[in-house]
Amino acid sequence: MLRSYVPILVLIAFVVANAILMLGVSHVFSNYRRTAVKIAPYESGIPVLGDARERFSVKFYLVAMLFIVFDIEGVFMIPWAVAFQQLKGITGLLLIEMIVFIAILAAGYVYVWKRGAFQWD
Amino acid sequence: MTPELKGFLLLAVLKMLVVFTVVLVGVAMLTLMERKVSAWMQNRRGPNRVGWAGLLQPAADGVKNIVKEETFPAEANTVLFILAPAMMFIPALCLAAVIPWAAPLPVNFDWNLPLIGYVSHHGPMSMAVADLPIGFLFVLAVSSLSVYGIAIAGWSSNSKYSLLGGLRSSAQMISYEVAMGMSLVPVLLLTGNSTFTEVIRAQQQGIWFSASLTLSFFVFLVAGLAETNRLPFDLPEAESELIAGYHTEYSAMKFSLFMIGEYANMITVSAMLATLFFGGWDLPGRWDEGGTGLATLLTGVAMFLKTFFFLFFFMWIRWSLPRFRYDQLMALGWKFLIPLALTYILVVCVAVWGIENVAGITSPKVRGLILFGLNVVACYVVFFILDRGRLLSGSYRRQAPAGVRG
Repeated sequence: MLRSYVPILVLIAFVVANAILMLGVSHVFSNYRRTAVKIAPYESGIPVLGDARERFSVKFYLVAMLFIVFDIEGVFMIPWAVAFQQLKGITGLLLIEMIVFIAILAAGYVYVWKRGAFQWD
Repeated sequence: MTPELKGFLLLAVLKMLVVFTVVLVGVAMLTLMERKVSAWMQNRRGPNRVGWAGLLQPAADGVKNIVKEETFPAEANTVLFILAPAMMFIPALCLAAVIPWAAPLPVNFDWNLPLIGYVSHHGPMSMAVADLPIGFLFVLAVSSLSVYGIAIAGWSSNSKYSLLGGLRSSAQMISYEVAMGMSLVPVLLLTGNSTFTEVIRAQQQGIWFSASLTLSFFVFLVAGLAETNRLPFDLPEAESELIAGYHTEYSAMKFSLFMIGEYANMITVSAMLATLFFGGWDLPGRWDEGGTGLATLLTGVAMFLKTFFFLFFFMWIRWSLPRFRYDQLMALGWKFLIPLALTYILVVCVAVWGIENVAGITSPKVRGLILFGLNVVACYVVFFILDRGRLLSGSYRRQAPAGVRG
C-alpha cells in the first residue's frame, strides 16, 4: 500500500530540482543593470508613496477563519461518504447522523450569515 | 530490492518523465492556444510570425523569459520573493501525477539491465504516475498549497498592487475551496472509494456523474474556475485595476513559473472534471478489460479530448462572461455555492438511501437514471425558482442602482 506513495516522493524531488534549475538558468543568463527607477515598486508611473507594509482589511482574516471552520466540516464529511457504501447494514443510522450533522452546521451557517460575516463591503 | 519493486520504480520514473514533459509542453501549447482562441473570438489572427501559424511562439517566449533581465524590487523580501514562484510551480506540477490518463496497460518483462540488475513487471500497469489510495484527497490537499505561493508573492513584493492581488487571490481561493471540497462528497457517496480508478469504474457501471450528479458538476466547475483564477473570477490579476495582481513585480523566469503553475492547474482541473464527471478515459464498451495496447491508446485519446474540451471551455468562458465584482464573488462563493453543495449532499444521500432501502433497486444504471431525473428537477428549482436566473444573467448584486430592478 505505502509503495504507491514512492513515485510521488520521486516526483516531488524531480519537480523541486526543475524549479531550482529554471530559476538558476534564468539567473545565469540574465544581465543586471539596476537603476533606482527600475527597482522601485511599480505604481503606475507616479513616485512611490510609502510602502505596502500597511494594515489591510480585517475581512480577509475573517474569511480565513470561516474557511477553517467550514473546510473542517468538509473533512468530516469525506470519510462518512466513503463509509456510506461500505457499511451496508447501518445506512439508516449513517443517514440520520449526517442529517443531524448538517442541521448543526446549517444553524452555525445561518448564525454567521445573520451576523453579517459574509457581507463584503 | 526485489526485481518487482525495481520494475515498479523503473516504470514509475518513466511515467513520471512522460507526464512531466507532456504537462510542460501542454502548458506551452496552452499559452499559444489561449492567444489563438482569444484572437479567433475577437476576429483577429493572433500570433502567426514565429514558425508555421505561430507554433513556435511558446518556444520564443520561453527563450525570451530565460534571457530577460531579472528585477528585484528594492524593498522586497528577497528570499521569499524568489521562493514564491517555486511554491506555485511545485504543487501545480505534482498534481498531474495522480490522474489516470488511460486504461491500464499490461506490461510484462524480465530484464537484466546494467547497473540496476534484474527488473521485472507482470500484469496491468496503471496509467497514473502514482495510483494513490487517497486519490482526490491528494488533489484537494496539494492544490490548496498553491495559495502559499500567491500569498507570499503578493506580500514579499512590497508593492501595493501585488499585495492587493495576493490578498484577493488567497481569500478567493480558500472561499471556493470549501465549495469544491463539498461538491465532491456526493461523488464519494456514489463511489464508496476515493481512488480515481474506482470513480471511473463506478461511472462505467452506472452512468456518467455529470448526469447523475449535475449540481455537483456545476459547483465543481464554478469552483474550479475560481481556483485557477480564470475569468470571470480573475480578480487577483484584474488587469484594469491591479496591473497584473500578485505577479506585478515579477519578470523573466520567475514570472514564467507563475504562468506555468497557472496553466498546469488548469490542466489538472480540466482532467479532474473529465475524470470525476465525464467518465475519465471511459469509452463505450469495456476497454479496460481487454487490456491491450490499442485499448490504452484509444482511452488515452478519449481522456485527451475530454480534457481538451474543458480547456477550450475555460477559454471560451473567458471571452463570454464579464468579471465579477469582489463582493459578488464572495457572495457567490459563500451565500450560493456552499448552501447549494450542503443541501445537495443531503438530497443525494437521502435519495441513495431511499433508492436502495425503500425502492430496493441495486442496479447502478437504474440508480443513476433515477438520480438524473432528480437532478433535472433540482436544477429547475435552483436556477429558475430560487435563483430566478439572476446568477446566470450575472446580476448578483447587493444593492441595485436606482431605477434598475435587481
